[in-house]
Amino acid sequence: MSKIKAENVNVYYGSKQALFDVSIDIAEKEVTALIGPSGCGKSTFLRCLNRMNDVIEICRVEGSIKMDNLELNSRKLDVVRLRENVGMVFQKPNPFPKTIYENVAYGPTIHGIAQSKEEMDQIVETSLKKAALWNEVKDRLDEIGTGLSGGQQQRLCIARAISVSPEVILMDEPCSALDPIATAQIEELIDDLKKEVTIVIVTHSMSQAARVSQKTGFFHLGKLIEFGPTDKIFKNPDNQQTQDYITGRFG
Amino acid sequence: MLKNIGKNMNSFKKNLLKKRYNAERRFQWYGKIAIGLALSFLAVFMFQIFSKGYSAFQKTWIVTEVHYDKELLLIDAESPSKDDLENADYYDVAYKAMTSLDTGLPEEEDRQLIQMVSYKYEAEVKDLLLKNPDFLGKIVPIKLTASDDVDQVHKGNYPRDIPEKNRRVNDYQLQIYDMLNERGDILSEFNISFFTSPDSREAELAGIASSFMGTVFSILVCLAFSFPVAVLAAIYLEEFAPKNKFTDFIEVNINNLAAVPSIVFGLLGLGVLLAVFNLPRSTPLVGGITLSLMTLPTIIIAARASLKAVPPSIREAALAMGASNMQTTMHHTVPLSMPGTLSGTIIGLAQALGETAPLILIGMVAFVNTIPGTPVDPAASLPVQIYIWSESAERGFVEKVSACIMVLLAFLILMNLAAQIVRHKFEKKWS
Repeated sequence: MSKIKAENVNVYYGSKQALFDVSIDIAEKEVTALIGPSGCGKSTFLRCLNRMNDVIEICRVEGSIKMDNLELNSRKLDVVRLRENVGMVFQKPNPFPKTIYENVAYGPTIHGIAQSKEEMDQIVETSLKKAALWNEVKDRLDEIGTGLSGGQQQRLCIARAISVSPEVILMDEPCSALDPIATAQIEELIDDLKKEVTIVIVTHSMSQAARVSQKTGFFHLGKLIEFGPTDKIFKNPDNQQTQDYITGRFG
Repeated sequence: MLKNIGKNMNSFKKNLLKKRYNAERRFQWYGKIAIGLALSFLAVFMFQIFSKGYSAFQKTWIVTEVHYDKELLLIDAESPSKDDLENADYYDVAYKAMTSLDTGLPEEEDRQLIQMVSYKYEAEVKDLLLKNPDFLGKIVPIKLTASDDVDQVHKGNYPRDIPEKNRRVNDYQLQIYDMLNERGDILSEFNISFFTSPDSREAELAGIASSFMGTVFSILVCLAFSFPVAVLAAIYLEEFAPKNKFTDFIEVNINNLAAVPSIVFGLLGLGVLLAVFNLPRSTPLVGGITLSLMTLPTIIIAARASLKAVPPSIREAALAMGASNMQTTMHHTVPLSMPGTLSGTIIGLAQALGETAPLILIGMVAFVNTIPGTPVDPAASLPVQIYIWSESAERGFVEKVSACIMVLLAFLILMNLAAQIVRHKFEKKWS
């Protein structure tokens, strides 16, 4: 079942066009990987899905992006409500310079999800457990989140993202700043999370895309070159460019 | 390998290497000389101020005996009440206390002795009895504030060898002084009244209490006016305002405002605050508002710089969690920028602390011999006090000027220290 349906999305930074007629169907409770060389527009597309491009003043998005038949690319849409439902994990771990507890409790607090302290404690615990971080931090929830290791920080950011129970989580190269062990932990986590949430992940690592995703889209120079089941893209792509990129002949 | 580097060089290369080393050595020496010069200027400046000013923290007293004679005090009652003591006539008693130092002096020359103590000696005689009512009828020793001339003689600041007619202390007075000094009746104690008394025309009585409180009130008023306005302006400009020609224009103007000479702000205070709004003259309220005009751009610039220094990733994190712009700013960006903003504010206030020109224009240069209790009472301020005293002719004020500078410097150093502590202690580290 399709969760997000993008049709003919064009993105411009000032006069420069960054995305050309991207149309894509993102299935529910699956992991969709977006791959492609640097500057190909995959992060730009990802940021259209939670309207993070709004922050960039010169950025203009055209086309239709529907999530459960709700038009996302509309002036009337309340981005606060959208982002409550579409979480995001960034390339560089960016926990708030606050305690671990406050980091996770921030989303539920501003969206009024928890009614009591007990409920909040419960949300924090569940989120940290889902992010596979609970056992490492349960005794030091009042320590500053930025004091954790890189991998732990990124899992904290994931815990923060899932604390408001979003339907979709966007991940922008979540492992590029991490070592292989931390990367493996995150990938395991993604596998667990997809039972409940739809995940869109941008990655530079082809092996990662192959490991974690069910569908893969290949972007090149702002165009979606090929989109399909991960197996097919990696084993038997239709497009020569995809073939070349996958086999490492360019990019 | 490394050994060969030296061996294989031809003379040209060797020369080049030598030149490079020499150039670096020369450059380091220039730097050292520059620092040495700066430090020696500072040392000379400090030495000047301390060597002149330290004696102001000592106060000279003349010890004599006073006879609280009921008849001379014109007290009739057998056991006089507090009121009786309050209303008694101390003129003769006080007069006698001084003239008793030399009973052989003809009556018409008495003033020479009276001139050796401050004009408030009568009040000092009265205070002692009011504090100790049982002294009534007894002869007791009393400490009287020495006049500034005797004070300066005692501190060695006054030349004794110039001709008598050019001296403010005549030979007879010096003779009495020497006699008292030999008896140990000239005391030198820590000058508490320098800190607790308001300004006075008499150097021996003048203190900084009025100007110190004036400065404290001015700074508080300045903080109360400039901090909220500046922080709000900085937050709006940095976080909410669209980046266009108009906001660029505003930014340029704020930077220009920071470079406007302070006397211009003084004129503005005079023309607007006093003339249009009729605020009370010579008060820390007006002084503080005028200074806040000066501090405003400094704080705005510091606050904007520290808002800019908050990593964008923190803003993105908050926005991606569904925080509104306002929440992102108030929950994350502003708290993170506060250490920088606060230390900028303290530095701005420290600048305002030393300002004299605008305060002179709004009338805080007036002679104030009361200690202000609120920001709407007339007051001077420390830098203006320095200016007032440096204009005074009496030798006694020379050391006061330096002492006042020392207090002002101590105040400034404390504030800068506070700025440093705020910056280092509360600054959060992010990865």
